Amino acid sequence: MELVCPAGNLPSLKAAVDNGADAVYIGFRNETNARHFAGLNFDNKQIEQGLVYARSHGTKVYVAINTYPQPDNFAKWERAVDQAADYGVDALILADIGVMDYAAENWPELRLHLSVQASATSHEAIRFYAEQFGVKRAVIPRVLSVKQVESLVNNSPIPIEVFGFGSLCVMVEGRCYLSSYVTGQGPNTFGACSPASFVRWSEKGSKLETRLNGVLIDRVGIDEHAGYPTICKGRFEVNGEVGYAIEEPTSLNTLPILPELLRIGVAAIKIEGRQRSPAYVAKVTKVLRAAIDTCIRDPENFVPDQAWLARLTSLSEGAQTTLGAYQRDWQ
Amino acid sequence: MSAASEPVRARLSLGPIQYYWPRDKILGFYRSIESTPVDIVYLGETVCSKRRSLHLTDWIEIAERLQSAGKEVVLSTLALLEANSELGLVRKLCTNGSFAIEANDMSAVQMLAGKTDFIAGASLNIYNTRTLRKLIGMGLTRWVLPVELSKSVLAGFQEELSAGIESEVLAWGRLPLAYSARCYTARAHKVPKDACEYCCIDYPDGLMLATRDDEEFLIINGIQTQSAKVHNLIHELSSPISGIDIFRISPQSEHTEQVISLFDQVRRGVSDAIDASNNLEPLASAGLCNGYWHEEAGMASCGAAFGP
Repeated sequence: MELVCPAGNLPSLKAAVDNGADAVYIGFRNETNARHFAGLNFDNKQIEQGLVYARSHGTKVYVAINTYPQPDNFAKWERAVDQAADYGVDALILADIGVMDYAAENWPELRLHLSVQASATSHEAIRFYAEQFGVKRAVIPRVLSVKQVESLVNNSPIPIEVFGFGSLCVMVEGRCYLSSYVTGQGPNTFGACSPASFVRWSEKGSKLETRLNGVLIDRVGIDEHAGYPTICKGRFEVNGEVGYAIEEPTSLNTLPILPELLRIGVAAIKIEGRQRSPAYVAKVTKVLRAAIDTCIRDPENFVPDQAWLARLTSLSEGAQTTLGAYQRDWQ
Repeated sequence: MSAASEPVRARLSLGPIQYYWPRDKILGFYRSIESTPVDIVYLGETVCSKRRSLHLTDWIEIAERLQSAGKEVVLSTLALLEANSELGLVRKLCTNGSFAIEANDMSAVQMLAGKTDFIAGASLNIYNTRTLRKLIGMGLTRWVLPVELSKSVLAGFQEELSAGIESEVLAWGRLPLAYSARCYTARAHKVPKDACEYCCIDYPDGLMLATRDDEEFLIINGIQTQSAKVHNLIHELSSPISGIDIFRISPQSEHTEQVISLFDQVRRGVSDAIDASNNLEPLASAGLCNGYWHEEAGMASCGAAFGP
């Protein structure tokens, strides 16, 4: 089971490599990837340095080109594919059918992975990409229970990669327009959810309000922690009750089900978080590395170490974690 | 009234019912649709496979009746597939042999590609011409634009569309904004999805989610999240260059016939779009929006018809 770690910049890439990543995934410094944040991602020189560093340690490098180009900017995505191919990266992580078609036609030797942004949740959907473009691995949305993942692994023509830790998209990735509905910019076309330029924090009486393009996402006491106003983690009123109608601020953590994921034959575990700091990447990678190694040695008796869990919880949104959709009760 | 003598070009379609209605309500609803001027009717459950007011045989009966009434009928597939049993439902639809299919997930495309012509639903991510061309090569004959795409993006598809491919746009209805494994209606009732007891049947137009400053913001509809505002593109009916071949109306628990009638009046040039829009506005409690079409935030309202 491969450990795939996020790298939003060169220090994070080194942190992931140093702490035991089998592969790192990165993106170019533009909207061709789903973490298009100011100051994040790699220019050409950094990619070259990152590749040298990763290779000297035997770590693979994947490049995410996983947003959806439109007729007037398709060439930018083509350039991103060409560049990544020229560098000889280990795989591209793609979501768009047109981009996959371009990559498969022009770079037939290049290994392609299906991005979570392609929203493929069944083996028939995955078969489409495997047959049409020779995709070699699929990253699946965070919507399936463990049992459903098992069935998918058994029926899929290609290996499956799942999310193991990090911020939790509760909506099917690649099909969530909440951010673009409110701001005009969302993951599919702009590569970011709830972009910072639309966020306003303001004090109102004894409360702190967080708004996204004017829409009130949460209101907390001045001394409470105000989370980032991602729409799905806000507090709203439904049927006369105020609360987290969609999901609480929380992170996904799969350590408790690691033996299950190993047993059912998941090929790779991905850590979310290219937008996070190098220190975060180092800590999470280290814990996941230790946990996976321990689990592989003796899956029958695997129990997550309390220190690992405490460390991951301290790094989580809202200082709490969940198994998300893997656990049916969550759904 | 300017276009009164022009030939009718745009067609009107009725999208699949997004909410969970009781069997009798669905049957009555489609009986009333038979005599409306809508040209195309999309049928079937696209949101949650647990909703089973009707079986496939019931849907086929409705389809046949609508067809006899002169409607083009399309069967729509589920947007989010999780269980193998759901794949089985999609396969049954795709092999029905009589009616066209709207594929709302790539699983359905995989089942249909190269075998049966199909219509791509709005939840398939077709954002560029290379993607559309690829799918045309597999049998796509019509596509419903992803809701966040604009008029100018549609214009960028001209070459593909001149080859006879039809473009359909959600012209009236709440925007489907997201799908999830989690059922938010069940969550509002403090139970997990497996114990939902079909509580969404109590909300024939979904469950309102408001911000804490009382703005009607989103609609909870089981595992789907919609905009509270109604997306309204009726003004494009009087625009000869909108690029829209088919204007889709999304069913609501009441007044759907009135909406169809107003759209029909505008396309025939007997009503002015601004007047019709004024008549439509009271049917949308949280207001109207059209931002996506004008490259703005989806919730925005743009253009003269929306006032200063």
